[in-house]
Amino acid sequence: MIPAEFHYTAPESLEDAIQALVDGGEDAKLLAGGHSLIPLMKLRLAAPSLLVDLRKVPGLHGIERQDGAFRVGALTPHRKLEFSPELGIVAKVAAVIADPQVRHRGTIGGSLAHGDSASDLPAAMLITEAEVTLQGPDGQRSVTAADLFLDYMTTAVGEQEVLTEIRLPALDGWGSSYHKFNRRSEDWAMVAACAVVKANGSTCEDVRIGLTNMAAVPLRATAAEDALRGQELSPENIAKAAELAAEGTDPPSDLNASTEYKKHLARVMARRAIADSLAA
Amino acid sequence: MSTVPVRLNVNGVKHTLEVEPRLLLVHALRDKLALTGTHVGCDTSNCGACTVHLNGEAVKSCTMLAVQADGEEVTTIEGLGTEDDLHPVQEAFWNNHGLQCGYCTPGMIMAGAALLAENPDPSETEVRHALEGNLCRCTGYHNIVKSILDAAGRSSSEVSA
Repeated sequence: MIPAEFHYTAPESLEDAIQALVDGGEDAKLLAGGHSLIPLMKLRLAAPSLLVDLRKVPGLHGIERQDGAFRVGALTPHRKLEFSPELGIVAKVAAVIADPQVRHRGTIGGSLAHGDSASDLPAAMLITEAEVTLQGPDGQRSVTAADLFLDYMTTAVGEQEVLTEIRLPALDGWGSSYHKFNRRSEDWAMVAACAVVKANGSTCEDVRIGLTNMAAVPLRATAAEDALRGQELSPENIAKAAELAAEGTDPPSDLNASTEYKKHLARVMARRAIADSLAA
Repeated sequence: MSTVPVRLNVNGVKHTLEVEPRLLLVHALRDKLALTGTHVGCDTSNCGACTVHLNGEAVKSCTMLAVQADGEEVTTIEGLGTEDDLHPVQEAFWNNHGLQCGYCTPGMIMAGAALLAENPDPSETEVRHALEGNLCRCTGYHNIVKSILDAAGRSSSEVSA
């Protein structure tokens, strides 16, 4: 399978990349690691007229702590996130994206801009309450993860904007866990749940739970969070809260799982993710 | 459609190619440089038969454009060892019958070699995780895992069925 023809440019500055997007019109696309875009182009589900490759643009790599948050460059590959345990839940999530080869090439910025709700990182962005920086011809703006994912593979990133960096609040002292259910390890999640828990002794001071592939966008399991916050972190209370994980959701059935089965999986994955957060 | 120049260092040899931007790295290797040891399997980034090393890291060359490798170092199965001096992972596949039909083998060996470069003494579990992106449709995983552990100097008796 060979992509349709396109023009290619690899600008050496962010300004030139944005200008190339402006000049390229609506069929121009940014290329990061290409592990979402190139498969779509090979299947001819995407046929951009121009690819603007970001690989020579400086300043888009790396992880750096600044006060209470990490700044992660958009071109940082999943493999780098995986081996950065200080990122907590984001490192754990990155470690189970597809397979090692894909993790070497796929990037956090590319994955978030692609906005596939079956992919692993978006829900983790919701529960870390991350923000992304978008740079366009009219300047720079920040968008919270809660406002980033608009619909199925549709994000708030404008056609002429580059997602340059992700700001991840450091959840010091929080435990975290990710439970992903799939048939083969390199597959997308049928359903996955990520959790971060802040315990005060045996009490749940705060908890956030994210759901993957339960809607066109990643979700927070707010009913389950509310049920557990302030409660004793006993197995019974965790189980009771997790029973609410699918509340308000209506996931579309697909080849792998029916709506009912996905809701069941959300409850089970949420329970496991909360419970394992206490140990880590 | 216009072509663009791509400079590739493949197995230590520098090449400058004029390619269409849409040319995939695997096709540049196979069709332009006649390095047909790298296989096209699923062509959808699942099976890993096309695995090569890009600057030492295992990547799937069916999911990369050749232009993305401009100026980089690529190692294919042909560059891993020679007939007289096989790479330890190649030697171990030979000794442990690590292949059946052989189609997935170049990718398996490249994935295994990348693992050992990063982690010279992996557990069986680590080997299996490192091969998550490589499919063997003969389902010959047992001897593949055994081969990689053997290359790492681990006794094959440690491998469970």
